[in-house]
Amino acid sequence: MMTLKVNGRDHQVDADPDTPLLYVLRDDIKLNAAKFGCGLGQCGSCTVIVDGRAVLSCVTPVVLLGGKQVTTLEGLGTVAEPAPIQRAFMEEQAAQCGYCIAGMMMRAQALLLRNPKPTDAQIRAELEPNLCRCGTHMRILRAVHRAARLMDTADASSVTDRSVP
Amino acid sequence: MGPNDTGGMALTHGPIIVQFTGMAGKSPIITGVVVAVLIAGAAAAFAATWRPSIATVEPPRPDSFDPALVKRGRALAAIGNCNTCHTIRGGGNYAGGVPVPTPFGTVFSSNITPDAETGIGRWPEEAFVRAMRTGVSRDGHHLYPTFPYDHFTHISDADDRALYAFLMTRQPVHASLPENQLSFPVSQRPAIAGWKLLYLRRDGVHLDGTKSAEWNRGAYLVKGLAHCGACHTPRNALGAERVNAQFAGGDVDNWHAYALNDSSHSPLPWDADALYAYLRRGWHPDHGTARGPMADVVSNLSSVPDNDVRAIAVYMADMSGGVPAPDRERPARASVAQAQSPSTGQGAAAGATIYAAACASCHETGRPLPYGGVNLALSTAIASPDPRNLINIVLSGIDAVEGERGPIMPGFSDSMDDTQMVALLSFLRARFGKQPAWSDLDKTVREARSTQAASLSTSPQLRTVPDDSK
Amino acid sequence: MNAPVVIDRRTVLAGAGALIVSFSLRRALAQQPKPDQGPKLPGSLARSPYLDSWIRIDADGTITVFTGKVELGQGFKTAFRQIAAEELDVDFDALNVVTADTKLTANEGYTSGSHSMQDSGTAIQHAAAQARALLVAEAAKRFELPAETLRTENAAVSAPDGRRLTYRELVAGDLLHVQAQSTSNLKDPAAFRVMGHKVPRVDIPAKVTGGAAYVQDMRLPGMVHARVVRPPSYGAQLTECDTAAVEKMPGVVKIVRDGNFLAVVAEKEFPAVKAMNALAAAAKWKESAKLPKQDDLTRVLTGLPSQDSTIFERSDPSATGAKTLEASYSRPYQSHGSIGPSCAVAQLVDGAMTVWTHTQGVYPDRQGIAEMLSMPPASVRLIHVEGSGCYGHNGADDAAADAALIARAIPGRPVRVQWMREQEHAWEPYGPAMVTKLKASLDANGKIADWSFAVWSNTHSMRPGGAGALLAAQHMAQSFAVPAPKPLPLPEGGGDRNAIPIYTFPNAHVVHHFIPAMPLRVSAMRALGAYHNVFSIESFMDELAALAGADPVQFRLDHLGDKRGREVIEKAAQGFGWTRGQTAPLNRGYGFAFARYKNLAAYCAIASEVEINRETGRARLVRAVAAVDAGQVVNPDGLANQIEGAIVQSTSWTLYETVSFDETRITSIDWQTYPILRFNAVPERIDVHIINRPGQPFLGSGETGQGPAAASLANAIANATGKRLRDLPLSRKRIKDAIDA
Repeated sequence: MMTLKVNGRDHQVDADPDTPLLYVLRDDIKLNAAKFGCGLGQCGSCTVIVDGRAVLSCVTPVVLLGGKQVTTLEGLGTVAEPAPIQRAFMEEQAAQCGYCIAGMMMRAQALLLRNPKPTDAQIRAELEPNLCRCGTHMRILRAVHRAARLMDTADASSVTDRSVP
Repeated sequence: MGPNDTGGMALTHGPIIVQFTGMAGKSPIITGVVVAVLIAGAAAAFAATWRPSIATVEPPRPDSFDPALVKRGRALAAIGNCNTCHTIRGGGNYAGGVPVPTPFGTVFSSNITPDAETGIGRWPEEAFVRAMRTGVSRDGHHLYPTFPYDHFTHISDADDRALYAFLMTRQPVHASLPENQLSFPVSQRPAIAGWKLLYLRRDGVHLDGTKSAEWNRGAYLVKGLAHCGACHTPRNALGAERVNAQFAGGDVDNWHAYALNDSSHSPLPWDADALYAYLRRGWHPDHGTARGPMADVVSNLSSVPDNDVRAIAVYMADMSGGVPAPDRERPARASVAQAQSPSTGQGAAAGATIYAAACASCHETGRPLPYGGVNLALSTAIASPDPRNLINIVLSGIDAVEGERGPIMPGFSDSMDDTQMVALLSFLRARFGKQPAWSDLDKTVREARSTQAASLSTSPQLRTVPDDSK
Repeated sequence: MNAPVVIDRRTVLAGAGALIVSFSLRRALAQQPKPDQGPKLPGSLARSPYLDSWIRIDADGTITVFTGKVELGQGFKTAFRQIAAEELDVDFDALNVVTADTKLTANEGYTSGSHSMQDSGTAIQHAAAQARALLVAEAAKRFELPAETLRTENAAVSAPDGRRLTYRELVAGDLLHVQAQSTSNLKDPAAFRVMGHKVPRVDIPAKVTGGAAYVQDMRLPGMVHARVVRPPSYGAQLTECDTAAVEKMPGVVKIVRDGNFLAVVAEKEFPAVKAMNALAAAAKWKESAKLPKQDDLTRVLTGLPSQDSTIFERSDPSATGAKTLEASYSRPYQSHGSIGPSCAVAQLVDGAMTVWTHTQGVYPDRQGIAEMLSMPPASVRLIHVEGSGCYGHNGADDAAADAALIARAIPGRPVRVQWMREQEHAWEPYGPAMVTKLKASLDANGKIADWSFAVWSNTHSMRPGGAGALLAAQHMAQSFAVPAPKPLPLPEGGGDRNAIPIYTFPNAHVVHHFIPAMPLRVSAMRALGAYHNVFSIESFMDELAALAGADPVQFRLDHLGDKRGREVIEKAAQGFGWTRGQTAPLNRGYGFAFARYKNLAAYCAIASEVEINRETGRARLVRAVAAVDAGQVVNPDGLANQIEGAIVQSTSWTLYETVSFDETRITSIDWQTYPILRFNAVPERIDVHIINRPGQPFLGSGETGQGPAAASLANAIANATGKRLRDLPLSRKRIKDAIDA
């Protein structure tokens, strides 16, 4: 048993320490957003945020996460109360099949946390590790720009940044 | 421009050379004194080493060059790895501006496109050859030896002519350079004259009649255009290659350029075939995949005529031959195979667990190189006394190259803290390197983390396309 | 966490009382109208003519739209709901949509070929319009007023005197259980409130908040996780496998071995992966595959025996050529490359098998799985749940078969199988390699006088129907043979899709060389043969335009009679700023291409600007401007999304992608060895101009962009470099070699 802090809550997890975080999130904590894409750190669909940084959960053993804060897309907001990045992706209709989108959003969120006003080139460079096969890239870029604007103009009292507990 | 002008100067300063080459690694005070002496010497030598300006010409038309000459120049430029230092990511080809860090500050590479204002468009061939031979710009000022004319001086007239033809037929790019950021006294260009008096040897590459033509071709390329020693030979306090430590390993961009001589730490010795395969394809099953600055080199070599790559391999294999260094245990194939077995039963040690989940999923799935990750028991990075290359790889991983087959490795800088990184590295060293633990590992990890961002900003736009055909 | 909501007919019926008639599908299937019986019904109504196969109004007022098509990320769920909301006069949010489920929905075959809007969208539109007419008629009867005086709004019929009856109140008995008519009283497009408008997709909120959106996200009570160990190469035989050690691994429930089919089941997912690795290490295989030479595919393909047919012939001896051009183009095998490896959940309960799958065809896949399991199809239910985008026949059906075969071995427990990345890349059926040879002559006026086109290709569909199409069935001890491939019939075609030129040439001759032998496993990939045929035709049109000294856009217009096609071309050219005699800036090039998908679906023209790095050979799409005519537009943003995606995906195919293999094995097994486009290659902008055709039939658009995007890019590269590349992919190395040559 180990304790894993995910989306602000402590979870008691019964998994071998070498289990990649992805499987613990999906199988033990029953979260959906982080996706299995390759298991090799090549596609980014498993991206989550650990202590403010985008991390590939499929190659991150849970043993590395003691005392660290894990945030998944579920931890940012809900359909009823979406976080700025979620609102932005909805408003831009930035998905086709959407399988890659959670990973894209988490990497973009990590970028916006440390650089609230990224340039287009910075967004592109940041998203490089993440693959999309449907070709939704133009919309994803627009959504990240929109998220930056939403975060900038968001009323601090109504929008809580839950990714950094 | 006779071949003797600087050579003659150097002779008159013979004793100083001996003194300097012998003092590398001595205390900073001595170095400071020596530098002062050097500056004085340089000032005295200034008049003698001053070079006249060579008159500009109208930029020659690209079609005035023989296409066959241009083609030869293209292959030579690839051997010379010119694009790596002269093309910045996102910038124009050969338009320079790449920051080259040195212990004395940052030098920016030149625009070597035929742009009339900011490039070498108005340079006659004579000026180009002079720059290659003696490190002097067309207008007569001295060029910093970050431009490796101490090697290029050995290039033949014919090859210089081909290189000139190649560069003068590139697309002109109008791009001015940032100012160099150098500390005094190195910021004073006349100081370069002194450096040249000490270190610019223009004795050429002599044929060795006892060796094959291939070996001699390799020697010509390695010492000259390919300038392998620029990275793989350690430098002295004045930034010159140490003559008596040729290919003993050097530093470049926070990477360690491995020793290629008999002090190599490669677990399996290099031979000509392995070198050839590595330089040709960018990887070899016994030695892994070229990364860091070497990735650019093998990428360029992938377009070079086969016999030149083979010649370089033959010569370098000879350089690395001989008796292994005493501290170097060459593991037998059997022990390598043993280390290959899955890591079960390694206990709960943090490093082993991290390895099992983060590394073994690729490195132990039997996937062939270059896509499966090297058999870590054969990794020079793990066997090397300098852990920086391994740290760099683990921190930054290996990025995908746009649209090209090539190894991808995720970086772990954001998922592992320093303690975890040290645990993993120590485990790798003990399990696969079978070497004593690295000292000051935590400090080296911290330093590598801080330089990581800087090195990424200059990473190249073109890397090798591994050829995995059988 | 449960499965995505699936309406079970029985529970609905239980709550619905007598209002709902028994599900009409079975009867509908039994009573399919014969082809010569009266006028053809619109869209898929022809196959399932009862209105309540498509629209159902329950006792509680719930209105549900049923479609036999599936959501693959194209936005159909939203579009179908828009159509039904429009024609029924129901609030968009008040509708449910149920997609393909062999127990609930009509058999609409596969969701493929850009057919969904044409087939299902049309059926839903007419069913909804006719249902509304029936409801109005019922209200007229009750109000004792003429139907013409009544209005429908917000799921109710109202009379001028203020009386109002909701659909819930009106629907009774067999009201909607009637056969559709061939014509409907469709709404005037000018009055559309929902259709033709940018309605947000209904599936996106869950996808951007971590909701359960995919079959991969299913968690049924008692569910176990399985992984399959695939052979190392086609046809490999499992000679030895000591499973004892793996059986003892923690969490392992069972090892399933059936001939060459090998799988492991564990309580949790990661232990299943670990056990799979151990099992793979224990398995010994005898390999026998002999794959062709990857670098010599043109010769390999044209050297294989083929069934040749002339599929188009036109002759006008008065037109004769003066200048002749010949060229050959090729395309390698290419991967669907879904980001999420294929996945399925299956459960055997009381002799009935249920499979949740992201197949594109629940009915044909059911047939294959039932045959594999020797079960009657009625005992097998396939329910579509979304997966990662598939772009054709990827591993979805095979994963469904894997899950079913494993679930049979542990009755009662739901089994979730997900493929590993390497399995998806190595075992999916690829888009077939193709070769085309073209020859044409220009007359004295620079117009094309004769045209000859020949295409060599495998089939473009090895989809299930029979069990032999499924890997698990091929690998099990009582194995099923791969069925003999068949060419897909024209006018849609397979390898010859879009092989017949849309342009008018006085002399034309088109031959399809259908190659039955399949050295690699192949099947349908987005646009089928149209990708390569349009790439070839539209590249060659540019080559001919250059020979004629004509502007490429004008040259196309000069040979095209189709009015809508001409408008699309003109729109794209105008949007791009295309001008005759234009010169691109240094290192840049402009390209243009056009096609009407299958010569019967959506029209698409694309103009591109590329930038070439002359030293490295790197080509980058800078911008693309598309114009598309897909008939009546249901959701303009959804349509734009499809075209944008097609351009980006086709750019990746065209610049980078090749399945690689050695003598025995597939060697492109992940994203290192099968690189696809990443963000650094994404263009600065893509503009999509939509030409809406109110009241015109829906024209499928999901695949219309693939071919034009490829040719437009190739033409732009030729424009920038002065060199014509004819072999896909137009890789950096090929471009560099062409520049340096």
